[in-house]
Amino acid sequence: MANPHEHALPAAGLTHTPGHDAAHAHEHNPNLQHHFYSMEQQLEASTLGMWVFLVTEIMFFGGMFMVYIVYRIAYPEAWVHGSNHLKVSLGALNTGVLICSSLTMALAVRAAQIGSRRGQVLNLLLTIVLGTVFLVVKYFEYAEKFELHLVPGPDFNSTGVIPLANDPTHQQLFFSIYFMLTGVHAAHMIVGIVLMMVILVMAMRGRFDSSYYTPVEISGLYWHFVDIVWIFLFPLLYLLGAHLGAHGG
Amino acid sequence: MSNAVQPRNSYLDAPYGVAAWLLTKDHKRIAILYLISITLFFAVGGMFAAGIRMELLTPRGDLWTPDLYNKLFTLHGVVMVFFFLIPSIPAVLGNFLMPIMCGAKDLAFPRINLLSWYIYLLGATVTLAAVFNGGLDTGWTFYTPYSSVSSQTSVTTAAVGVFITGFSSILTGLNFIVTVHRMRAPGLTWFRLPLFVWAIYATSLVMILGTPVIAITVLLVGAERALHLGFFDPARGGDPVLFQHLFWFYSHPAVYIMILPGMGVISELVAAMSRKQVFGYSFVAFSSLAIAILGFLVWGHHLFVSSQSIYAGLVFSIISMLVAIPSAVKTFNWTATMYKGSVSWESPTWWVVGFMGLFTIGGLTGLFLATIGLDIHLTDTYFVVAHFHYIMVGGAIMAYMGGLHFWWPKMTGKLYSEGAAKTSAVLVFVGFNLTFFPQFLLGYMGMPRRYQAYPDEFQVLNVLSSAGAGVLFLGYVLPAFYLTYSIFKGAQSPANPWGATGLEWTIASPPPTFNFDEEVIVTEPAYNYKPTREVHVG
Repeated sequence: MANPHEHALPAAGLTHTPGHDAAHAHEHNPNLQHHFYSMEQQLEASTLGMWVFLVTEIMFFGGMFMVYIVYRIAYPEAWVHGSNHLKVSLGALNTGVLICSSLTMALAVRAAQIGSRRGQVLNLLLTIVLGTVFLVVKYFEYAEKFELHLVPGPDFNSTGVIPLANDPTHQQLFFSIYFMLTGVHAAHMIVGIVLMMVILVMAMRGRFDSSYYTPVEISGLYWHFVDIVWIFLFPLLYLLGAHLGAHGG
Repeated sequence: MSNAVQPRNSYLDAPYGVAAWLLTKDHKRIAILYLISITLFFAVGGMFAAGIRMELLTPRGDLWTPDLYNKLFTLHGVVMVFFFLIPSIPAVLGNFLMPIMCGAKDLAFPRINLLSWYIYLLGATVTLAAVFNGGLDTGWTFYTPYSSVSSQTSVTTAAVGVFITGFSSILTGLNFIVTVHRMRAPGLTWFRLPLFVWAIYATSLVMILGTPVIAITVLLVGAERALHLGFFDPARGGDPVLFQHLFWFYSHPAVYIMILPGMGVISELVAAMSRKQVFGYSFVAFSSLAIAILGFLVWGHHLFVSSQSIYAGLVFSIISMLVAIPSAVKTFNWTATMYKGSVSWESPTWWVVGFMGLFTIGGLTGLFLATIGLDIHLTDTYFVVAHFHYIMVGGAIMAYMGGLHFWWPKMTGKLYSEGAAKTSAVLVFVGFNLTFFPQFLLGYMGMPRRYQAYPDEFQVLNVLSSAGAGVLFLGYVLPAFYLTYSIFKGAQSPANPWGATGLEWTIASPPPTFNFDEEVIVTEPAYNYKPTREVHVG
């Protein structure tokens, strides 16, 4: 009770220590936002923020995967037949493209950490190019589905690609989920490419070095996440026919 | 004008003007922006409710057309749930207080915080566009296949509006989680955090895990309507019940997004108004997490009559009843906190006591509905309507009002009329019970919800309910006047008008822009009230 600052600050046990602030003053970085006390705190907060955001993304895609699982269990044959209408070669090509883009992305983060501006620009450009290649391939796949009338709607299967015996109604359900999953994934790719362009411009201006590379790092996390979603989509959508066909006859 | 007392640097004074407010990154100003917007939406949602209660004065559906009545109850639900209740305590009180309670200068991501307010406004605008362009008549639950195939109203637009608003909620939750993890002042350990922060943290977990699921669900409904993709339409091989699973996977936890922050507010108020450490601090803290977790495992109790397997129903029924345990832990611990405390009967206490009564009734009637046999009788009756209004209005809004009154002097630096505030609390308590208690009886007698006409013998109770809504209206309008009046004419508030503990009471009212002049170091647990009366008695 004799403690003098109990009177000065009656409500809570806190003390103000100007010295603590001063300790940090000498290492003040222009990239440090005012509400953080240190660069480490800022990097940790941003990284955790991106991880939390990716958790929400998992739940977001999770809803669609749930729909996929429920109907796949209900209509396994329609799923096999639907899957057989997808081009495994194009899907595999795109899988390879995305895995390569994850590599270039990781190299870009590494380049930022060691302060190599040339490495950042080169690898970010490659990432953008590979992402664009993915979308172009996706465009040709979608175009083929439109030509064959495999897009859900009143015209679905109007050319009779799918024989009646193969349950066109539930294959339409398969294609609904195919377009929803790959469409939302492609939207994420577009967001990622725009993000990479912003990071590229910042990298060209020399904004990043070994003391500050947070934006490259967390954009990289996002890019890897979008890639990983595709790693799940490829077998679930494209390889299902071969898999179930081999086991279930 | 407020510089008369002493030169200050409060967040309200420093850079002024429309642009400074609309582009602010200060969590306190963003809280005020949210306060203004959600109050407007509360008024809009209240108008729809007034329309419902006026129609139900008479047994015949004679005031509105059936179509308009359907739109009224739908829009009442959509506006109140998505644009008032979900953002209410987190976005207003949480935004304002969370960083201060953590001893931080701001939330971890101030720009994202501002962005979330703009996303909220955008979502609200799109939804309002649906209101004026054909309305919405699906009920706030958007059940398929009516919503995805049959309804002639602007379901797609409204779904897009709800989808957009979801991101506001996600970003707010994300910001809060990172702030609690990374922005706490030195010495402020998890178990020294105020219970309000624990509650907001648990709420944020629900927000980030649940909201993305409703986002994708309404997107699927929108895609089914607009792009002819079939997910829930039986004609295209889909299953409408799957929609209900996905919808309630979010929307049941959403109930806890509404009530958990309220529980956090009550924990703060009970301690401050009883001048005592909260009884069983860690139990109250963990009960918030328990509610958040259990909340994700009970959605199936909305599907007892939707062709769900009886075994699934049994499991959901049992888990739903388990929610009563953490809820009761909180209620008993608040009561134990007040027991032998030096309770001061200032206005926040009146809201607290009102909350406890109404929340208890709401919680206990939830057990009735979790019981499968009883629920089959009560499903889609006014009993359900009364139950969730006791939780959402009696619980969440009472707590919101209590918190608003408790922290108003901190937020504005002004004191309001105690007498008017107590009058408002009493009006709301009486008006609320008069409005919704008769609905328990109506539901028990079998009156279904969402109909504009009803048999003559239900009229007395319906008139009572509508009269209560009038009293409730007065109770909610009164604060709009005396709180606004206090901003202009109220007495200056000291830094700590209630004599409460907590970091927010150690700084000026209203707080300076960066909250604390120097880095904060915490050395004490929360609610470290010195024993007063008991020392002399015991």
